[in-house]
Amino acid sequence: MIYLDNSATTPVKKEVMDEMIPYFTEIYGNPSSLYKLSRDTKRNLEDARERVAKLLGAEKDEIYFTASGTESDNWAIKQLARANKKKGNHIITTKIEHHAILHACEEMEKEGFEVTYLEVDSEGKISLDDLIKSIKDETILITIMYANNEIGSIMPIPEIGKIAREKGITFHTDAVQAVGKLNIDVKKENIDMLSLSGHKFNGPRGIGVLYIRKGIKINSFMHGGGQERGKRAGTENVPGIMGLAKAFEISMENREEKNKKSVELRDYLIERVLNEIPYSILNGHRTDRLPNNANFCFRFIEGESLLLALDNFGICASSGSACTSGSLDPSHVLLAIGLPHEIAHGSLRLSLSDETTKEEIDFTIEKLKSVVERLRNMSPLWEDFVRNGGKDNV
Amino acid sequence: MYSDKVMEHFNSPRNMGEIENPDGVGTVGNAKCGDIMRIYLEVEDDIIVDVKFKTFGCGAAVATSSMATELIKGKTIDEALELTNKAVVEALDGLPPAKIHCSVLAEEAIKAAIEDYKNKRKDAE
Repeated sequence: MIYLDNSATTPVKKEVMDEMIPYFTEIYGNPSSLYKLSRDTKRNLEDARERVAKLLGAEKDEIYFTASGTESDNWAIKQLARANKKKGNHIITTKIEHHAILHACEEMEKEGFEVTYLEVDSEGKISLDDLIKSIKDETILITIMYANNEIGSIMPIPEIGKIAREKGITFHTDAVQAVGKLNIDVKKENIDMLSLSGHKFNGPRGIGVLYIRKGIKINSFMHGGGQERGKRAGTENVPGIMGLAKAFEISMENREEKNKKSVELRDYLIERVLNEIPYSILNGHRTDRLPNNANFCFRFIEGESLLLALDNFGICASSGSACTSGSLDPSHVLLAIGLPHEIAHGSLRLSLSDETTKEEIDFTIEKLKSVVERLRNMSPLWEDFVRNGGKDNV
Repeated sequence: MYSDKVMEHFNSPRNMGEIENPDGVGTVGNAKCGDIMRIYLEVEDDIIVDVKFKTFGCGAAVATSSMATELIKGKTIDEALELTNKAVVEALDGLPPAKIHCSVLAEEAIKAAIEDYKNKRKDAE
């Protein structure tokens, strides 16, 4: 099997499992209890908080553990908006956010908030001029993803942070795809809130973080006990928290070196696919993208059948095609970067890990070539295109 | 999740290809929605002696095209007109709810090809 879907989820590393196991079976005390067993649990939990804070350039008390990146996003948007309703009712985001952001924003529209969805260019980036122009007196929140989950484009986060800080607007970033791959410093980049998720960097699922800068006015999302300094009720997922902290540390060890290798392999993959498969398109920026992300469209074929065919060779990948998620619309991200529907339907995302080898990439490219050819031979669009002498019907 | 039958038809589609100078051809669907099906017919004495398809679409679109062609091959035009999308779904051991439209498309593609065959015959008379 060749696993090239590391943006969807990642396997838990052995060292991470080893770190977690004692918290299931031995150090299982509820961190809120009084006795020694619980004090040990609590101490280790707070230590993990400190370690996570350090990796983000944050303070310990600014780290809140949640159950997922999605929860962090929902909390940040809904409860920041509700807490600052008197100040204003305007939120700025982009058209290519993850659905955890987009659907949370839509919910706030139902509550009377106004949301601006910024356009992106063909490479998936917003224009800072557009951002500045969209800011109003009523703007209370800017939420823009650190890096896109489908096409890997990286947003100009420090610049956005600077603009937001100067205008006194809270800036949240969904950094689920960026954390563990890029060096992030929330203070230097003027980030007020940041969401991350454990299972994207070889940590466990069911654990996420919301960083909230001190002084940000936000309501709590989960009501109940006094955990997470009264902001997020619910008994702490201590094994998950320990696993997340360990996985985060491992992923940031020699990060630059690992990224260099990953970028080399990614660029090799991109170059070969574009050179060897006719009518293939790279989505997103050629170089300014996540080190492990490649996203292509292959004209005249549809993404789901491409995935099924690759799966026959043991290659696990994703498609931007929402066909896989039961909806018939192609990816909102690919439409937002300006691709027509028929091309957006034929997308393929390959996301590498630090362990991906050149042999795996070579095997994938060979299989991809034959699968694309087979599906094109089956496609009436390809038939028409060839009959037309390689010209599009206009 | 697809049934084994769907996967089998996706991996080894029956009657995939084109017919030169077909007696009838029908194309339905559009690229915008992500599926297009084209059916070619060769008809002798009102019997479908050969049928081929080309499909742009998901796994279910390919499998329903394949199954639909198999179900009408060797049948009379009138018998082929009676083919329903339900019969195609049943023959494939079911389809996920979001994919039922693929079977509708397959039925429509066959009807469109037969329509074209009938029109051509009328013109010839």
